Amino acid sequence: MSDFEVEVYQNEYLPQGAAEVNAVVTVTSRGGGAPAGDTPAAEVLIVDCSGSMDHPRTKLAAAKRATGAAIDTLRDGVAFAVIAGTDNAELVYPPRLGMVPADAASRAEAKQAVQRLRADRGTAMGEWLLLAKDVFATQAGALRHAILLTDGKNVHERAHKLDRILGEVAGQFVCDCRGVGTDWEVRELRKIADALLGSVGIVAEAEDLEADFREMTAAAMGKEVADVALRVWTPQGATVKFVKQVEPSLLDLTARREESAPRSGDYPTGAWGSESRDYHVCVRVPPAAVGEKMLAARVSLVATGTGEVLGKGQVLAVWTDDTALSTKISPEVAHYTGQAELAAVIEEGLEAQRKGQIETATAKLGRAVALANSSGHEDTAKLLAKVVDVVDPVRGTVRLRRQVSAVDAMTLESRSQVTKRVGKGSGEAGGEH
Amino acid sequence: MAAVSCPECGQPAHAEDRFCESCGLSLLLRRTPEGGPQGARRSTCVSCAGRVDAEGFCERCGRAQPAPRDRMEFDFGVVAGVSDRGRARVRNEDSMACAVVGPESAPAAVVVVVCDGVGSTERADQAAQTAVDAALARIVDCLQAGKDPYESTVDGSAAAFEAVELLAEPTSPDLAPSCTLVSAVATEEGVTVGWIGDSRAYWLAGADSRQLTTDDTLHAQLVAAGLSDEEASAEANAHALARWVGADAEPGLPHVVGVPPDEPGTLVVCSDGLWNYLPTAESIAARASGSPARVAAELTAAALELGGGDNITVVAVPYPFHSRRSAGDE
Repeated sequence: MSDFEVEVYQNEYLPQGAAEVNAVVTVTSRGGGAPAGDTPAAEVLIVDCSGSMDHPRTKLAAAKRATGAAIDTLRDGVAFAVIAGTDNAELVYPPRLGMVPADAASRAEAKQAVQRLRADRGTAMGEWLLLAKDVFATQAGALRHAILLTDGKNVHERAHKLDRILGEVAGQFVCDCRGVGTDWEVRELRKIADALLGSVGIVAEAEDLEADFREMTAAAMGKEVADVALRVWTPQGATVKFVKQVEPSLLDLTARREESAPRSGDYPTGAWGSESRDYHVCVRVPPAAVGEKMLAARVSLVATGTGEVLGKGQVLAVWTDDTALSTKISPEVAHYTGQAELAAVIEEGLEAQRKGQIETATAKLGRAVALANSSGHEDTAKLLAKVVDVVDPVRGTVRLRRQVSAVDAMTLESRSQVTKRVGKGSGEAGGEH
Repeated sequence: MAAVSCPECGQPAHAEDRFCESCGLSLLLRRTPEGGPQGARRSTCVSCAGRVDAEGFCERCGRAQPAPRDRMEFDFGVVAGVSDRGRARVRNEDSMACAVVGPESAPAAVVVVVCDGVGSTERADQAAQTAVDAALARIVDCLQAGKDPYESTVDGSAAAFEAVELLAEPTSPDLAPSCTLVSAVATEEGVTVGWIGDSRAYWLAGADSRQLTTDDTLHAQLVAAGLSDEEASAEANAHALARWVGADAEPGLPHVVGVPPDEPGTLVVCSDGLWNYLPTAESIAARASGSPARVAAELTAAALELGGGDNITVVAVPYPFHSRRSAGDE
């Protein structure tokens, strides 16, 4: 079992009457006891085989190569399966419902089955996910990871049907989504990835697929703990305003709460390898008198399967009339509040640009440039510079471009939720817990 | 029949006994516990009566339970004290210590020490507690060894300096834990008060009520030099301490003043958490009546009512002291 460490960054001092407590909780998992490989793992590769994958023909060829590369990256013994997605879903490998451990023979068989795929018919991603769920159901207790590759919009399925299916499969497996080309919708894939605690990425050029697949599979193989929940206990009279993953990417978990005990709720975080993530927790508490101190929340990490507590931290609230104490804003909280705003103004700015609302788009994307610049988010700043002409990066003065390539706009949109880690002044705070 | 009984276990003792035969308590010295109150952990929440967890938070409402230091009280009948965190500070950085020397039926001396941790230093609460313990122990030792109250007072101050100096981290001398110090020794020869800093002693005796100490602040020095209160307050940092007890302070003799033995009255020793609200001897005297326990409690309550902006410590000693238990005095 990995070793988890929980650190809480906050300013616990509140002015009189204040009711909102903010904290950034950093969770670091260090591969502990088990070397990766001892935990049984299962991987499902979902390949879009709708008719558009043939335009251009290289798309499907690249997808097949990438799937082959992913199969080669699987560790020996990892159970795997391949699904072809159209307006329904078909199990390409193994031939019968189930999964097969990876070895030389099964890899070769699977790659042959993938080679025979043809592009045809429509797109109904919900169906693909339902079949993936049934396939995973044959592997109890394993780390479950899927990769979904598509090039188009979910045209053969109504949005509410996809939503219902997402509700059904959420928590069953983690799914990273990749869009090929520029005919897919970032928001649609983001909905799937968020529900399944995965990432969204654009693969503009089909030939880049292979490296990307290899990387995703390798990352999935590095996970050690299958299902971990962030458990938040709040005292009587307090409510959780939100719980968001803020690093490595933004993911609002607030609505995913499952009550685990009185005044205690679990938020799913998916599988963990050796990595570090940050969560922004905001709790509303009944204000107490100046000088009072209270525990505003207990945050712990719990292995969903066993209920074992892997690490814990405390969020405190102390009311004071010393403004020198209460007006300080925790740099971590400020940083991620800024990152959340950055993501929001990018989304809103691109949306306004699509609708031709020039003023709104200019204002929002200008604000995004200023935020990216002030928070040292160079990657985002570079992507923004491809979509707008930056006149003054500090003030966020920009001009919209007449011609923006679809790839650049979609790349910016799909990367908008990726955050930059706060430079923690305190360095490695906290000790063993 | 023995007229004496052990104040701790109630077993009879002989007037000449120095220790109780049944529990070992010294019958010639009663003092507040060293290190401050060792308050037992509360098991139920002060605010909602829920269960309190091992870390001191209520399992239901999350409220942190008051630390034992947040409200400290003692009552030895002839002397009583209250120290309260107040309404604005996160912790109580005041400390008080007290000893009654001699048999309970006829005390020979009462020793009081109050220290106020300097808020700008770290572990100021530890500094204050260390200083009161060291000063009290040294003064009592000196008195029992036959030294006069003046010498005992000076030695007590030196002991506080030695003990607090040891708390400083060599790496951050500017953050050295520091505190003020005021001590009072009441014997048959009168009352001797020594101080460093701005914790005070007052003498309450009707129309003759007066402040015994002069603060070690620029403001007090300017007023003593003839400036008006307003003129003195205009100076920058007028209320900053000119002297304190700590590794970064200039060691020196405490100021010492006395009250002659033929004056009856009540001695009040306090921190600035009280006198910020009740600065004059008259304003304090107007609210001080009844047993020492009641005087300490009433004055603390008054400071809390008026704002409680700082830690409040009040110790009261009626003089001359008559042996009496305050039980029937409520």
